[in-house]
Amino acid sequence: MSSTTTAPAVLRPEANTPKKRMPLSQLVPLLLMVGPVVLWLLIFVAAPLMYVFVISFMKKGTYGGVVMSFNFENYLRIFDPLYLRIFLVSIIIATATTLLCLILGYPFAYIIARASKRNKGILLSLIMLPFWTNSLIRTYGWIILLRTNGTFNTLLASANLISHPLQMLYTNGAVMVGMVYTLFPFMVLPLYSSIEKLDRCLLEAANDLGAKPRRTFWRVTLPLTVPGIFAGCIQVFIPTLGYFFISDLLGGGNSVLVGNLIRNQFLAARDWPFGAALSILLIVFTIVLMRVYKHFGGSLENIT
Amino acid sequence: MNKHTKQLSKFLSTGFVTLIYIFLYLPIAIIVFFSFNTSKLNVVFQGFTLKWYGVMFQNGDLMSALKNTAIVAVSSVIISIFIGTLAAIGMFRYQFRGKGIVDSFLYIPIVIPEIVMGISLLAFYHILNINLGLTTLILAHVTFSMPYVVVTVRSRLSGYDMSLEEAAMDLGATRLHTLRRITLPIIAPGILAGAMLALTLSLDDVIVSFFTTGVDSVTLPIYIFNKVKTGVSPDINALITLIILVTLLIMLFIRNLEARNSNKGQA
Amino acid sequence: MAQVPEKVMVELRNVHKSYGENKVVKNLNLQILEGEFLTMLGPSGCGKTTTLRMIAGFEDVTAGEVVIEGENVVNMPPYQRNVNTVFQNYALFPHMNVYDNIAFGLTEKKVNKEEIRQRVGEMLSLVQMNGYEKRMPSQMSGGQKQRVAIARALVNRPKVLLLDEPLGALDLKLRKQMQVELKHLQRQLGITFIYVTHDQEESLTMSDRIAVMNNGVLEQIGSPDMIYNRPATKFVADFIGESNILEASVESVEGDKLKVIFETGGAEVSASGFKQDEMVYISVRPEKLKCSTEAVPGFNLRGIVKEHIYVGSISKTIIELPNGQDLKMSLLTGTPLLPQGAAVWVYWEKADTVVLHTQEESLYNLIGQVPKFGVSV
Repeated sequence: MSSTTTAPAVLRPEANTPKKRMPLSQLVPLLLMVGPVVLWLLIFVAAPLMYVFVISFMKKGTYGGVVMSFNFENYLRIFDPLYLRIFLVSIIIATATTLLCLILGYPFAYIIARASKRNKGILLSLIMLPFWTNSLIRTYGWIILLRTNGTFNTLLASANLISHPLQMLYTNGAVMVGMVYTLFPFMVLPLYSSIEKLDRCLLEAANDLGAKPRRTFWRVTLPLTVPGIFAGCIQVFIPTLGYFFISDLLGGGNSVLVGNLIRNQFLAARDWPFGAALSILLIVFTIVLMRVYKHFGGSLENIT
Repeated sequence: MNKHTKQLSKFLSTGFVTLIYIFLYLPIAIIVFFSFNTSKLNVVFQGFTLKWYGVMFQNGDLMSALKNTAIVAVSSVIISIFIGTLAAIGMFRYQFRGKGIVDSFLYIPIVIPEIVMGISLLAFYHILNINLGLTTLILAHVTFSMPYVVVTVRSRLSGYDMSLEEAAMDLGATRLHTLRRITLPIIAPGILAGAMLALTLSLDDVIVSFFTTGVDSVTLPIYIFNKVKTGVSPDINALITLIILVTLLIMLFIRNLEARNSNKGQA
Repeated sequence: MAQVPEKVMVELRNVHKSYGENKVVKNLNLQILEGEFLTMLGPSGCGKTTTLRMIAGFEDVTAGEVVIEGENVVNMPPYQRNVNTVFQNYALFPHMNVYDNIAFGLTEKKVNKEEIRQRVGEMLSLVQMNGYEKRMPSQMSGGQKQRVAIARALVNRPKVLLLDEPLGALDLKLRKQMQVELKHLQRQLGITFIYVTHDQEESLTMSDRIAVMNNGVLEQIGSPDMIYNRPATKFVADFIGESNILEASVESVEGDKLKVIFETGGAEVSASGFKQDEMVYISVRPEKLKCSTEAVPGFNLRGIVKEHIYVGSISKTIIELPNGQDLKMSLLTGTPLLPQGAAVWVYWEKADTVVLHTQEESLYNLIGQVPKFGVSV
């Protein structure tokens, strides 16, 4: 599964060297090359996360600071039905988003993967292009479309299909549209990569052995693209839990998801320890999901 | 499958894909559309005008936000590329104890929800009494870009032939010279891909920026986020339209470059 | 043959190389003379490539010394050593054209542009690649790339050229052609060539001396003629060309005459350095084996003609001994053949006998001194 030891020993003389002490002539360049990354990860990833872990056990100070007194209160507070409901809704929305992305994304990826070489490049670029405009900006576009005096309502009214404007914005539905919209490419790319790598010979073999196209799809194509499906689902599900600005802009006060909850602790409520505890919970949840993912054969390389 | 079924399925496929693309471009289209609107509100199209494209430049806050976004993007990309490429080459070439751990750690910023990264950096800066500003923002952007660069360059490295480096050294080039004259030029396409990815991540980022920006270092997404509550004026639409245009041009340029490279017959 | 005076260009002294527990080169002692074409020959995994890479500087030496022109280079990186390598897969820099590839070493040494132009031009003529200056490696065939690789190495005027199975990827006809060209090149330039191959025919064709290696150990070093006709160990006898190998024990020793007993007979041979009752191998090349329908003095080895195999210009006759062992005898096609099933006496010219000890380790390592035959010139 590790991608680090791919070159054969002939090309990489160091590959055969066991883990004894390295000569200085090799150690110095190694440190110079890998050192900065390691240092950066320690300072900006490991240390902050450790700190968050620590303050999740602390108390909130009167004016919003952190009081160093060890307790489990923050974690116990999570079991308050109010918060549990928020988690539940978040997971439901995340699941629904993932499924929608999958249902729409798989056929889409499949069709593009089967396109001619010339078209493939264009089609892929067209998916990537929106990416270069900030996702927040695109979410704003949805506000214009969905609000009470927005484009959809205006069009529907002018076509006399509705008598009064539909409430589309500030609903969970709008949040879901926004999530699906923003995370759709994250589902499509791993799927595309997985479908594209399929050896055509396998499909021809299946046909040769008597399987009609639909059967070939179910028995050969789909199972072989499962890694792509897993990678895509992971890349949609996890971010959904943290994308507070989508639920903020499109759901307003009606939609408080885990992301919003955490955001509020760090801004309005000024309860950093509680926010930290929620974040740790999110991390644990992520780790569990990654474990499940790996258990079913997922690999880290598919996620990029 | 006979001819009719094939035609039908082709028709359905094209239709489906087109619908999806419409879905993908709808919000963008509407923003572009309203950038030409005479009305100040993005509600009803009242008349065609280009005035907002001029007004846009007079909006000091908007221009400042744009400038910040550009500074952060370019700086963070340069730093990520530098650190990330070195690390990718180092990890490809050498085996060392703890390599697996470094590898796992590299994936943390990739896998973890952005909000967790955002708040952890916020808390970290706070406890160290570092004021939030452009610097903290750039550091944050490097943190989430760099792992992607390492992974991208490393995957391009997998076909790299070490005997080229041995040949260079055999002919008299020191390790540094070999790196400069042989290794880097050959993996340049991979580095470029990593740079593109890092740039995309930086420009697209909302969540991490939200937590690590200071008042004076507002970037474009933060500026718009704040404006959405009070009301977004069409000069912002105009700016967005221009950005999309520039992005499109850059993308075409890069595709052109790639097409020409593959014709030159380079390795 | 090496020229007089014989200066030692490269010497390996008690060189060991291990990867962890795995011993790849064991106590190698080797002297390579100035101006000679020396081939290191052996099966895959025998340590020949590793040894070459230690001379070039791509591998560290676990123990021992690598001495080039009198200087121990063990701690010297490749870019400081005055040797150049021709790689098996050519290793041409894909992003540079032919001219820049060849000029690479010179640009590293900061040679001025005029001189570079002149020397690169010389090299291109030498390898017959004039006009290819602007070509990119991806636009050339294997043979062309190999010539460029050779030019790139030689332009630096190294004292020693190391060649790591350079012809392995070429087709047969091209390979044979390049063998001749390389040999001529070496003669013309007069520099030391250290050549690695597993193809024993190639080594016999090109070398002044051959060093046969097996399992990290130097089995024998000598001229092609020595290696072929006077192999020092069973491995060398087996590896080079074909051999008939008979197990025997020494019945009696009289000066340099030995009486040996096979499982199915006996013979008198000439050899020295063997003791009575010692177990030995008798090795005879198929082209030296003879048989007759009548008994031959000094030989008592009988067999039955089993079959004839036609191989074009040669016919091989298989003679089966009573104990089931097959002996191979090769004759020029056209020579009258004995009928199948005929009973024959097997014999050979005494001078064509090779008697070998049955020890597993090479003589060099066991005795610690250079034995009487197989010694370097």
